[in-house]
Amino acid sequence: MAQVFSSTAAPHIRTNDSVRKIMIDVLIALAPAVIVSIYVFGWKALFMSLLGVVSAGALELFIMKVLRKKKDFVPDGSAAVTGLLLALNVSVGLPWYLLLIGVLVAIGLGKHVYGGLGANPFNPALVGRVFLVMSFPTAMTVWPKAGAWRVSDTLVTAATPMNILKADGLEAATSSFSLADMFLGNTSGCMGEVSALALLIGFAYLLFRKHVSWHIPASYFGTVLVISSIFFLINPEQYGTPMMHLFGGGLMIGALFMATDMVTSPSTVKGSLIFGTGCGLITMLIRYAGALPEGVQYSILIMNAFKPLIDKWTRRRPFGAEKKGARA
Amino acid sequence: MAVLTFPGGVHPPERKTLSEKAKLELMPLPGKAYVFVHQNLGNPPKLTVKEGDRVKTGQKIADPGGKVSVPLHSPVTGEVVEITKMFHPAQNKKVEAVIIESSDEEERDFMSEMDFTTASREELYQRIQDAGIVGMGGASFPTHVKYTSSLVKPADLVILNGAECEPYLTIDHRLMLERGEQVLNGLRILMKVSGAKKGIIGIENNKPDAIKSMTEIASHDDNVDVVSVKTKYPQGAEKQLIYTTTGRKVPVGGLPIDIGVIMNNIGTAIAVCEAVQNGEPTIKRGVTVTGEGIRTPKNVIARIGTPIKELVEYCGGYKGVPQKIVAGGPMTGPALKTTETPVMKATSGVLVLPEPEKAPNPPKPCINCNQCVTVCPMALEPNFLVKLCEAKQYDEAVDLNLLSCIECGACAYICPSRIEHIKTFQLAKKVYKALKGRK
Repeated sequence: MAQVFSSTAAPHIRTNDSVRKIMIDVLIALAPAVIVSIYVFGWKALFMSLLGVVSAGALELFIMKVLRKKKDFVPDGSAAVTGLLLALNVSVGLPWYLLLIGVLVAIGLGKHVYGGLGANPFNPALVGRVFLVMSFPTAMTVWPKAGAWRVSDTLVTAATPMNILKADGLEAATSSFSLADMFLGNTSGCMGEVSALALLIGFAYLLFRKHVSWHIPASYFGTVLVISSIFFLINPEQYGTPMMHLFGGGLMIGALFMATDMVTSPSTVKGSLIFGTGCGLITMLIRYAGALPEGVQYSILIMNAFKPLIDKWTRRRPFGAEKKGARA
Repeated sequence: MAVLTFPGGVHPPERKTLSEKAKLELMPLPGKAYVFVHQNLGNPPKLTVKEGDRVKTGQKIADPGGKVSVPLHSPVTGEVVEITKMFHPAQNKKVEAVIIESSDEEERDFMSEMDFTTASREELYQRIQDAGIVGMGGASFPTHVKYTSSLVKPADLVILNGAECEPYLTIDHRLMLERGEQVLNGLRILMKVSGAKKGIIGIENNKPDAIKSMTEIASHDDNVDVVSVKTKYPQGAEKQLIYTTTGRKVPVGGLPIDIGVIMNNIGTAIAVCEAVQNGEPTIKRGVTVTGEGIRTPKNVIARIGTPIKELVEYCGGYKGVPQKIVAGGPMTGPALKTTETPVMKATSGVLVLPEPEKAPNPPKPCINCNQCVTVCPMALEPNFLVKLCEAKQYDEAVDLNLLSCIECGACAYICPSRIEHIKTFQLAKKVYKALKGRK
């Protein structure tokens, strides 16, 4: 009998890319934000980040191996990314056990009830965060003052830029924080959101590694800038400067790392632009007219819900098709 | 000037250095030739020989089975010892094959020699069919059929596909270097048949020596241009190379002739030249025998029906433990279960891939990373198509242009989740066509 060789389907060569490599790159891209958060908020920021990563990874392993009985499951790093993103999106003042509850909701309710990796309609980390905001509103809004941990052991809190802007107007906000503070991360806020610079460096790495495209962040930022410029011209004292809206709150981490989540954002370039623009519109609507100081998380979740529809609206025209309606 | 190319595509490692310097070598005749009867797309030919018949090299052994069909010729001189069924790797089932035991003395039974400058278009067209010529790039579509409508309404351009965009393969490269005159004459014949005033030879810019030598050979023919195109997969796909070299797009569901173009492969042009000038039907072809799992990679000319194990032996045997034997290139070629499988009219290469150093990543769910959308040269959305096909929603998949898929494999190559797009699409197309046929 002649030797029988493997006859699996073509193509017989593949890239070395894998889901795990992509997820590890996202973790690397978030490292600058973690480092800045340690500098600004102390060692507890590192503890919370690691807790998010480890607990999410362990929980997913348990769900897959024990509850879903997938014996050949190999961790792919996607849970670790969710855990880290959730940790970076809460205040360092949050008790550690509440972060664990957030992780449970994010991985369990945000991801695995839908079928796990690739099947979740909403960004799991944001599902976890919204659950925490609604269930523990007070604990979620304890904002330690930037850098205070290096001076004294007692907890010193300070309002976030978006809080001050909403409550006290432009003058109070600009006298509390300079634009440089907001760009570098010297403000209070969620651990990972404070430094625009660290987030931009991380995103540049993902762009360089070709894991993301610029379309969603660019259209998101663009929409925020256009709307905030118009309202700044109408009434600067009430609405704040465009730069404050760009660097303040969760916009940077939201636009660069949450809205760009592959699973929950549209496929095509046109779809990405619609998605980013929608996020920008909803964010500004909430910031200006809502009861909350910040609208990034809700804007992304709402646009997540529109993803399937946007995909339908923005089907690609195949190579060689007529301009309109020439589907074979 | 910008390098000419098409939108989408991937850059797999080329791996052509293994064999690109190896000069063409004529393989010794096989002791037994195993000839599949149905080697062309379209209708199978009808056998005209029976067991025990004596046949000569080039003698017709099967008549065309219709308009989209070609005759078949004996690749050797000898006796038909068996008419049986053998496993066909591309059709994935056992099909009719003729086994011819070759004798020591070779006798030829070729057709008459022709002068293409004086022969009529119809005579040349007939010769292409009579010689049993099919697309040598791997598609095995009967060549004359591409020219049928041009006899009524002339084409304006014939393009020879010298892109050879599949990694590893170098046979077209060597043919252009060593048989450039035949390539050019083949193109001239095809231009004459089609009525086209212009011919183009498109070559990827990773073969500068072939571009240089073909440009020199074609320099005394004002109607033929050699065009350098970007090295990118699938540059050699018909619709893509037409767009790259002319800017014209073949309409969805249409054919190149709809926009006045006919494309053929380099090997096909040589077969046409030999059929006309020497009266030689398709009894042999060029094959690149390569891969990290072969000791001495070579470019050989082998008779149709030569078992692939004889090609492997001729190239020094295996290096290490072979894992996969691919007939053709690594992106689209079918993997062979055994090396008993013979060389066919469409076998452009024999690729031996060794056991990988580490186990490949297991398949994962789609994470919607959109790499497949970005690289698809047909501007499809393979991520959605796979999900629809797996859910057996074939009508919806066809609405999303499943039938426009050229099965180049760029999506599956790039996929970080190792999803089997092409396998899924091929099955879905088959099922869809079967269901539609029943309605």
